[in-house]
Order: sequence, then C-alpha cells, then structure tokens
Amino acid sequence: MRNSFKKVYLLISVLMVVMLAACSEDETNATSEKSGGPVSAKIGVISYMTGPGAAYGEAITNGFNLALDEINEKGDVKIELIIEDSAGKQDQALTVAQKLMSSDDIVALLGPTLSTEMNVVGPEADINGIPIMGTSTTAAGIPQIGEYVFRNSIPESLAIPAALEKAVNKYGAKKVAILYGNDDLFTQSGFDTMKAEAENMGLEILTIETFQKGQSDYNAQLTKIKDLQPDLILASALYNEGAVIMDQARKMGIDLPFVGGNGFNSPQVIEIAGEASEGLIVATPWFGEKDDPKVQDFVKKYETEYGHKPDQFAAQAYDALYIMAEGLKNAGVADRDALRDALAEIKDLDGILGKFSFDEDGDVIMEPTVLIIKDGAFQQFE
Amino acid sequence: MLLEQIINGITLGSIYAIVALGFTLVFGVLGIINMAHGEIFMIGAFIGVLITSVLGLPLWIAFIAAIGVTVILGYMLERIALRPLRGKQGVSHLAPLISTIGVSILLENLSHHIFGAGNHPFRHSFAQIQFQVGSITIYLVQILIFVISITLMVVLSYWLSKTKAGKALRATAENLETASLLGVNTKRTITTTVILASALGGIAGILVGMAFNSVNPQMGLSMGLKGLAIIILGGMGNVKGAMAGGLLLGLAETMIVAYGDSGYRDAIAFITIIFILLLRPQGIFGKNTAEAGR
Repeated sequence: MRNSFKKVYLLISVLMVVMLAACSEDETNATSEKSGGPVSAKIGVISYMTGPGAAYGEAITNGFNLALDEINEKGDVKIELIIEDSAGKQDQALTVAQKLMSSDDIVALLGPTLSTEMNVVGPEADINGIPIMGTSTTAAGIPQIGEYVFRNSIPESLAIPAALEKAVNKYGAKKVAILYGNDDLFTQSGFDTMKAEAENMGLEILTIETFQKGQSDYNAQLTKIKDLQPDLILASALYNEGAVIMDQARKMGIDLPFVGGNGFNSPQVIEIAGEASEGLIVATPWFGEKDDPKVQDFVKKYETEYGHKPDQFAAQAYDALYIMAEGLKNAGVADRDALRDALAEIKDLDGILGKFSFDEDGDVIMEPTVLIIKDGAFQQFE
Repeated sequence: MLLEQIINGITLGSIYAIVALGFTLVFGVLGIINMAHGEIFMIGAFIGVLITSVLGLPLWIAFIAAIGVTVILGYMLERIALRPLRGKQGVSHLAPLISTIGVSILLENLSHHIFGAGNHPFRHSFAQIQFQVGSITIYLVQILIFVISITLMVVLSYWLSKTKAGKALRATAENLETASLLGVNTKRTITTTVILASALGGIAGILVGMAFNSVNPQMGLSMGLKGLAIIILGGMGNVKGAMAGGLLLGLAETMIVAYGDSGYRDAIAFITIIFILLLRPQGIFGKNTAEAGR
C-alpha cells in the first residue's frame, strides 16, 4: 500500500516537471508568433462573482462578454478573456491576480470590481509591469497607484459634487443628513467626498449615520433622520442597500430627495424599491435613455441577451474592453509595455459612455450627467 | 421618536427571537449549532417573495409554502447531513457542525444561482397596512411579527413542558441512550426537532421579507450570527432565553443608533453580550452548568 502511494507520488511529480517544462516552451513560442495578422491577446478579468456583491460581477462580466463578441467579430484584434472570481475579498483578488499575472500569455488585467480590492491588486500589477484597468473602481487615488494602473469609471470626487450642487440649487437645501455604508472603501470614499462637499457649500450636516453591507433593517437610522427634519438626504450606498433604504424611508413618511453616489445608480433601484425610488438624484457617466444609436444598440443587445436593462457597471465594462481593444490595435503587438503606452495615448475614444480620454495619471476625463428618478425612470435632472 | 424607536427595536428583536428559537431547539436536543439555520431562514423568505410577488397568490399560501419547503429542507438536513454522522465511531463531535456549514454554503449558492444576487422586494398589500397614532406610524406587520413571536414562544414552552412529544424531546436532550432505552423513538424525536426548527426559520424569513422589504441570498449569514449570539446570551437551549435575548439585542441595537453612533451598533450590542456573559456565564436563563447536562 505504502509503496504504491510512493510510486504514484513519484509519477505525479515527474508529470508536473514535464508539464512545467512544456508550459515554458509554449509561452516562448506564443510571444514570438505574434507578428502579422490581427493581434491576438489574452486578457485576465478579476470580478466579484460570488458573495454579497455578486450582482456587480454579473453585470460587469455580461458587459465584457457582449463587447468581446463584437470585437472578435470585427476582427481588428482577437481577444480571449480569462475570468476569475475575487468574491469581493482582497486576499482572493490578490491570489487570482497573481495567478493571472504569472501567465506570460496574459497582457492585461481588467478589474477587480471593488476599490478595496484594487488597492492590493494595483500595486502588485504595477510592480509586475502589467497594465490593469478598473471598470468600477471609483475611490480616490486608484490611478495614482502606479503608471500601469488605469480606470474608466468616473471617480466619486467628480460625480458626487455635480449631483449635490444641482440638487442643492434646485431645492434650496440648507440642512442635510448623511447616511453611508462604513464597511466598504467605495461607500466610505463616497461619504468623504459628500461630507467635504457639503461643508464646502456651507450646508449644515445634522447627523451622520452608518450601516453595513447586507443589512436589512434601517428603521432606527431613518427614524432618527426623520426626527431631525433635514432638507436633503445624502446616501453613499450601493444600490442593493440603497434601494431598501429608500423603500423604508418612504414607508416611514420621509419624502425628501436622496442624493446618491455612483453605486446607487442602477435601474435595479427602481426595480427593487418601485415608487419609493422617486426622487433619487445621481450623477453618472451612463444614461441608458440617451438619444444615441450606439447606446440604444447596446441596451437592446444587452436586454435580449440577459433579460434586463444594463446598468452603469455593464456599460463601463463594455467600454473598457473597447478601450483595451483600441490599445492593442494601436500597440500592434500583444506586449504588456507596448499596450500600456498605447493605452495612455488614448484620446476621445467614442464609447457608449461618451468621449473618453485618460489624463496623465490614467484617470478619466469625462463630463457626468445628473439624473433623477421620476415617473419610474431615470431622467435628466434640470 | 422614543416610542417609534422602541417599536423598531421590538420588531427587530422579535425577528431575532424567532430565528434564535430555531437555533435553540436544535442545540437543546442535539447539542450542536446548526449553521444552516440562517440559510433555511433565507430560503423561507425567498419562497415568500416567489409566492406573493411573482405568482401573486395570497399571503397565507406563502406562509404554508414557506413552512412546507423549509420542513422538507429540515428533513433533508437531518437525513443527509446529520444522521449519518450520529453515533458513529471515530466521528468528531465537530463533524455535524462542519456538515451544517457545508449545507449553508450549498443553500446560499443555490439560491444565488436560482434567484440572482440582488435584493428582491416583497410586494404585498398587507405590508402596507398602517395606523397613524399621533406622529407615529405603526405597521400591522410590526404588530403581527410581535404577536407571532410571542405565540410561538408560548406554544413551544407549553409543548416542551406539557405534551408527551415535548417530554420525549426533553428526555432525548437529557440523554439519548437512556431515552431510547425507555422507549422514546429518538430518531423520530430528533427529526421532529430539526423539522420544527426549520419551519420556525421559514416563518421568520417571511416576516423579515414583509417588515424590511429586502430579501437576498446573503441575508441568512448575518441573521444566523445574530441568532447564535442571542442563544448564548439567553442561555443555550432555552426557549424563554431565546425570546428575551432576541428582544434585548433588537432593542439595544436600535437604541444605540437612536441615541448614540450608528457606527458602533454591532460593537456595543456585542460588548453588552460579553458583559452579561461575564456576570452570568450560563446566559440569562441558562441553568447552572452542573445540572445543565446537554
């Protein structure tokens, strides 16, 4: 018995050595092959696909897959996506990122989903010299991690002030209450921006309340807010929690408008909260009702493919893959450094979010649109 | 505002209590913590959403369906995950705990796969019925939740202390082998307990769906952890303890938000639990360790 085990182990180790050798051979062949014809490349995707935020990962990978089919059909570049699950956890994000980076075939990374995850994966990618682009990481300081780190999602520091300013002007608000999720870098960063901006504009902050991801009862916080009678509620929440918050607030008789951050911006809010979602104000790069054939085409395709309307995360992912494809086309080779340089050069690329450029840090230059939910749909807020 | 917050606290506490009742029943008889209880609760909530919002059927059918499904889940939990491990030579006493964790992961991912990751609203006209008392809005659902939780506690206490089946259950809890020698069908008693606990979870699930209008595959985890804390606070395996502990935690959490800082909600609630346990290690209603047995 013992002996046969030993033999099996020996066999396995020999096989592994052989496979390792075979792998390294393969890779050298693969990189030298790529001259002439369309550039073909593998891109690693790190996405939040299981756990409380799996809805984001779902939207994001749907966006990628839709863009992938179109790009490969066009044939300028051939892309293959290798999708890994981060489960919304830093350690798992890092593990899968390292796994992807260690394969020389992979020229770039897309994701991870959360800013928290990007904070650990970004520096690692930068050291390894592999371009990485976040499609949903909106916290401050992400592209400043290093010169290989990009993003195509507009940061909260751009979106929130735009929404807040318009809302305050419209309603003549003077007193606000702030509500935010304190267990997530994204909602926390949104809160920091909200607080700073509210103080900047000379608004009185009556109270600051917190909640945690996946909470189902917000009555205690909302009762407190109701009692203080603010003019406006600022909520830095992801849509899953945000929609429930609005629902419970309306039930309690709070009819105030809500100003939300990027994560609050999703058609799912209307689906979950129904009428209670009326009066949510968000600034966003993504407006699904925009009168643009490109946008409408995307919405229609997405709906037939996945059965519901795309949200901002799907749209950003969709555009991100197009940006990568453009970078690869301009670089001409499937090489990490060449791709990085090509990405940094991208200017005024037409996407479904609008005209897109990177600034010198690899951050987004784009004009957000301010929207409000009215009559059961997102509309432009004037 | 105080009154409104107290109502909020009692509603939350009653739900905690029903969840904790399920935990405490299984712990009382089997001496194991059923980590899958939170997920069974979540499935109950989803069945409620499915019946009322998707199929548009009345609420009582939702209750029956949720109880039916969770009863089946409870039976399967006992048959597949618990019974094969019981009384076997060389099986660690932690094995059933681990196997319930396995079931909980399975159920969470299953419902994620079937229903998707997002929140599902629980749209039912019953959840909208409200009274206006002064400036305070009270929902009928809130009263219903409180009444159901009290009723369940009273019925359970009566059933455990007065009926034959309840006595058999307590005998089984005291000592499995002796009870079986005395003619108690321990297999059936244990199955009944697990099924009963699961049905309680299913009821709690629907109530949460109605009260907070949010149902998602992850709700089982946080509710399960709270339920666990409550049975430790109230006294392991004690029905009144589960009830008192649940209300206490619900009220404490709400009051901390109302008059303190909501960021410290869980911290203060759990620090309170630690203090109570330092003073009374057996929990508020727990018996002294010497006679507690299992």
